[in-house]
Amino acid sequence: MSAPAGNRRALGFFLGFLAVALLVAGGLSYFASPDPDGLDTVALDGCEVVETDAGEQLQGTCIAQHAGDHAMAGSPLADYSVGGGEGTVGLAGVIGVLVTLVLAGGLFWLLRRRSPGKR
Amino acid sequence: MVSATQMATEMPLAMHMSDGLVNAPTAVGFGLVALVGLAIAVHRARADLDDRTAPMAGLVTAFVFAVQMINFPILPGASGHLLGGALVAILVGPWVGSLCIAIVLVVQAFLFADGGLTALGTNIVNMALVGVLVGHAVATMMRPLARRGRAGLVATAFVAALVNTVVAALAFVLEYAIGGAGGASLGTVAALMLGLHVLIGIGEGVITAATVGAVAAVRPDLVYLLRGAAAPLEVRGSAS
Repeated sequence: MSAPAGNRRALGFFLGFLAVALLVAGGLSYFASPDPDGLDTVALDGCEVVETDAGEQLQGTCIAQHAGDHAMAGSPLADYSVGGGEGTVGLAGVIGVLVTLVLAGGLFWLLRRRSPGKR
Repeated sequence: MVSATQMATEMPLAMHMSDGLVNAPTAVGFGLVALVGLAIAVHRARADLDDRTAPMAGLVTAFVFAVQMINFPILPGASGHLLGGALVAILVGPWVGSLCIAIVLVVQAFLFADGGLTALGTNIVNMALVGVLVGHAVATMMRPLARRGRAGLVATAFVAALVNTVVAALAFVLEYAIGGAGGASLGTVAALMLGLHVLIGIGEGVITAATVGAVAAVRPDLVYLLRGAAAPLEVRGSAS
């Protein structure tokens, strides 16, 4: 396999992989279950979520009552929305995928062993 | 002020430990464990990263971020999502894989307010260190099967993912035992975490098996677990 053909094939695979990640975060995310996950289910066990004028309150005794407000709750992407807007989970997901790719890809590229001769 | 309906739609999207579930000394202690673990991972990851595997690792990280958003139902009123330990261990190796999951957790905590900042240490220990290393250990034990063919590889991915999920959940139980904030008895927490995460682990296994199977079908050379073998999968003619 010649190097250019190999590179093209690798690029095709990488673009396909990225497309799948973008589709999952940008589209499939709308169909995610809204129920609490395993850890949250355990944390909420023993409590009842009661809706009051001041928002949701936890009644009973459970671990989640000890949970603090998130320090980044004011982030424009907090809770997988863009500026708190309805129906923006897909856009938030796409942004997250791209940010993650740049951060991780950049870090791994810097950490990689250089090919012989390029030193 | 956040309205009740907003809260109801937003709350479930918090997927990882919040601040305050364990006391401050426990959070600090596991923060230090996380730092040491990640420093070792950075050191060891270099050997597994080259011009070809570095972009792959970046994409795997982005993919894990995407798939972690997808909560799947496990019981009425309860869901689960991928942790990704076995997935990254099989695709990019344990050290690079630990860094993948840690990066996802950092992005989620700082940009998406998911997983408390003081809980970042515990979350990294549970998912990026324990989850990945357990997934790697199981996958390595099953490597002879994984190298025998696609069915073996997919079965390995499923089992490694199931075990990584359950053990990562038990790591939380350990943290709760050491310095839990209270609100539920240790026995209840242990039983619930275990039961729920066996179910979540099945989902994790299916997603991991499907992903690893798909990558191996196109680029078996990019599957870390198969590296170094005269990969029998390439006999199918898909690799050249």
